[in-house]
Amino acid sequence: MGELNTAMIERYRNSFLKEVEANVEEGEWVKMCMQCGVCSGSCPLGKFWEHPPQEIFMMIRAGKREAVLQSESVWMCTSCYNCIVRCPRELPITHIMHGLAHYAKRLGLVPKTNPTAKFAQMFWDNLMVKGRVNELKLGLALYFMNGFGDGIKVALKNQKLGMAMMKTGRMNPKEAFGGHAVKDLAGFHKVLKKAQELEDARIAQNGPSAGA
Amino acid sequence: MAAEKKLAGYICTGCGIGERLDAKQLQAVATREGKLPSVKQHAMLCGAEGVKLIQDDIDAGNATHIMIAACSRRSKVEAFSFPTVAMSRANLREGVIWSRPAGDEHQETTQEMADDYIRMAAAEIKFMTVPESSGEQELNKTLLVVGGGMTGMTAAVEAAKAGYPVHLVCDEPVLGGVWKDLYKRVPFRAAAFDVPNGNDVDLPQPEDPGLDDLIERVMANGRITVHLNAKITKTSGAPGRFSADLSMESGRTLTENFGAIVQATDYKPYDANQLPEFAYGTTPDVLTNFEFERLAKQANGAVIKRPSDGREVKAVAFIQCAGQRSSKAGHLPYCSGFCCTESIKQAMYFKAQNPGCDATILFDDLRTPGAAGEDFYRSGQQAMVTFTKGQASAVVADGGNLRVKFKDLILNEDTEMVCDLVVLATGQVPNTGPDPYAQLAVDEAPTEEEKAAARAALAVAPPSILNLDYRQGTDLPHLKHGFVDSHFICFPYETRRTGIYAAGPVRRPMDLKQAMDDAVGATMKAIQSLENAARGSAAHPRVGDLSYPRFRKEGCTQCKRCTVECPFGAINEDEQRYPQFNESRCRRCGTCMGACPVRVISFDNYSVDTVGQQLKAVDVPDEFSEKPRILCLACENDAYPALDMAAQSGEHITPFVRVIPVRCLGSVSLSWVTDALNSGYDGIVLMGCRRDDDYQCHFVRGSAMAAERLSKVGDTLTQLNLETERVAVHEVAITDLKRAPAILNEMAETITRIGMSPFKF
Ligand code: SF4
Ligand code: SF4
Ligand code: SF4
Ligand code: SF4
Repeated sequence: MGELNTAMIERYRNSFLKEVEANVEEGEWVKMCMQCGVCSGSCPLGKFWEHPPQEIFMMIRAGKREAVLQSESVWMCTSCYNCIVRCPRELPITHIMHGLAHYAKRLGLVPKTNPTAKFAQMFWDNLMVKGRVNELKLGLALYFMNGFGDGIKVALKNQKLGMAMMKTGRMNPKEAFGGHAVKDLAGFHKVLKKAQELEDARIAQNGPSAGA
Repeated sequence: MAAEKKLAGYICTGCGIGERLDAKQLQAVATREGKLPSVKQHAMLCGAEGVKLIQDDIDAGNATHIMIAACSRRSKVEAFSFPTVAMSRANLREGVIWSRPAGDEHQETTQEMADDYIRMAAAEIKFMTVPESSGEQELNKTLLVVGGGMTGMTAAVEAAKAGYPVHLVCDEPVLGGVWKDLYKRVPFRAAAFDVPNGNDVDLPQPEDPGLDDLIERVMANGRITVHLNAKITKTSGAPGRFSADLSMESGRTLTENFGAIVQATDYKPYDANQLPEFAYGTTPDVLTNFEFERLAKQANGAVIKRPSDGREVKAVAFIQCAGQRSSKAGHLPYCSGFCCTESIKQAMYFKAQNPGCDATILFDDLRTPGAAGEDFYRSGQQAMVTFTKGQASAVVADGGNLRVKFKDLILNEDTEMVCDLVVLATGQVPNTGPDPYAQLAVDEAPTEEEKAAARAALAVAPPSILNLDYRQGTDLPHLKHGFVDSHFICFPYETRRTGIYAAGPVRRPMDLKQAMDDAVGATMKAIQSLENAARGSAAHPRVGDLSYPRFRKEGCTQCKRCTVECPFGAINEDEQRYPQFNESRCRRCGTCMGACPVRVISFDNYSVDTVGQQLKAVDVPDEFSEKPRILCLACENDAYPALDMAAQSGEHITPFVRVIPVRCLGSVSLSWVTDALNSGYDGIVLMGCRRDDDYQCHFVRGSAMAAERLSKVGDTLTQLNLETERVAVHEVAITDLKRAPAILNEMAETITRIGMSPFKF
């Protein structure tokens, strides 16, 4: 955090909307929202969001940078696409939510305890090891996300389910030791490296080093 | 017209009439009771052969007054068009067989219904004459257009294009009126239909206003005479023969004759001095939308600078609904319908001209009526105009800056923004003359409070624009908020002064494009009106009607009820204080006829007798027959068609009702009600159009006048010792297909409940 965030604040001092437009995936759609509230009303989780999508868009225009980028709300989206289907202005709301989350992550503004963000990181780390998700390890990591005691409790609760999965061959206990990888693990890492390069180049265009 | 009345009846047995009804019986009723010397039947009267049967009788001189018993008078009007004879129609199809279920158990009462309609039509025809126009009028093709703005100029150009000479009166030294400071206009078009939603799609942009071009076209047009700095000091006459005194700049008065008039005086900008909360008047950096437009026009595409210190504007806030849609004193209670798009336009050119600046529109409801509509809103969003749903409460000058305090309605918080310039989106105040009925409103106000309010309205009445020398006042009557009254839903340009048409923001708030469209419509109506006047025929809604009110002067008591109640101010007074009817100002509603206590007003084909004799011709069975009689007087514009269409769609009505169409509920003479009660009718239903501020009455006030008159019927009933439920007045719309029959059936039930009238002879 810190450096990049400070640079962005400096650069878009007057307009958070412009910052979103330039840096957030599909951010150039935010200005087209007409504040009808259909998205917030359509979101199955809408009532649990502190700031449902309509409000997020208004906050962006009102320049509430910290409140948006540090909010738990943008992490609430489950990609059900209800809002996109219904938005009369056809905003890609789901993508914008993920774009905002992603941007917040880049700037290091994600709330420390946000479970979705944590899970996303775990998923990513797990995936990177063998090029495929090791479900057993991911599951265990998830159980113990909030400490050892909690983890045992959750594991016991799900004991029956785990046994059933093992019996039907849906989960292999051997995977706990190493686990198998994709065929071409080196190739997989190469693909991701290239993707990272492309993404970095795109960001550099708008990044702090790019001309204002 | 033939000197001798030759009566003839024609009964159609087509469309199922012959199968459902006993045609022989109908024929017998027409001959014996209806006393028609000749009655013929045909299996398809509206066909070429049937029509020829009638036409031959007419041509041979054997029929001057004909009764057609077939479908509703609203059906087959082209086939049954015999302009040289008087005609009545018995509605056997919609009115009887389609309104009644088939089956033996219904046969007797259904046949009785049909018999009665024959009796009624035969009685009616005896009291009709062929309507003839007075023939006293010539064609005057010249139009007077009042107002030199874009609306008036468009009206003038359109009239000229159609071949009619125009005098355009403008009270300013230059043309353009309230639109003359326009720098850009809101686009006159929407996006192409296949433009998708997007953030960089092709959407309409602010356009050149087109003012200079229009002025040029007006000035170059040989058919248009422009009078600048001119005022109308007197207007008299009627459609086809208006005479107006124009007082010219030179001090000279020019008197010209006109066929019709278009009033296109537009609006006056709202006086923002009533908005001190927004610091208007305290700093030149708070402007109205009208003033900002002028500022932009001066900048002419260059950077827009602050009036106070000439500093380049970096942030501007637009406050929507400034002094509008609010009930506060001095505010406009209505939405002006143009200021949202106006602000979007201004924000857009502002963003284009002042690079990197912020433009924020603070709105409560963003409303974008007009041609570009929602697309223009999107266009503004694409241009990065910030739309904030918020309610501004104050503007505070703070050093070199302005702070706008507002409540963010989405985020639900009180907040503020800092900017260099504030534009107040103020509204349109109609530029109309005083309401001619303002004095009447004072006289007739029921409470002291309402009287005071009416007096206050009268005190601030604007000066006259038309200076009509009508007995009913100098200008066009208002509806509310100073806008000219015109039939809002159906006939928007028709005012309550026939031959004078309202175009543009004088009749409701609107933007430039709508005002110009309005001008075209009003001009076409004006042309139609002067052409009709030359023929002696009516304007809307009885277009082409040649009948007009005739009155028997000997019987008149000079009570003046007709002159007061005529919704169109058609009746003046002569030197001896008798009413003086103006044929071409008259819309033929018959309200005067219904108003006249001594029944001396009538039309050739519609009178106290034509209806009175019908209701008397109905056969009223005795008290013990269990066959009540209900009279329904139905407005021919809405209620009667509603009943026709209800029948068409299979709705059934009680067989005890007899429906008589009337021109307007306003034409209902109280004598019909008392006659019906005295002849033993058990119930009376009157159906007219909606009559409040959102009225649908085709004659504006007719339905309301009738309701007022009929409110006293209760007393008559009580005097006669009859239940008040026996007379009911209903508002019926043309769409009430279920409700209209239900009202009649309800009355039948009421009579079953309260019993038959004791007044059967
Ligand atoms: S549905 Fe679309 S237009 Fe409506 S508030 Fe949500 S994003 Fe905005
Ligand atoms: S896609 Fe995300 S924001 Fe949209 S409705 Fe579904 S969960 Fe809510
Ligand atoms: S009341 Fe109606 S019919 Fe009578 S003069 Fe006026 S417009 Fe004509
Ligand atoms: S209402 Fe009848 S009596 Fe009264 S002034 Fe008119 S014509 Fe004469």
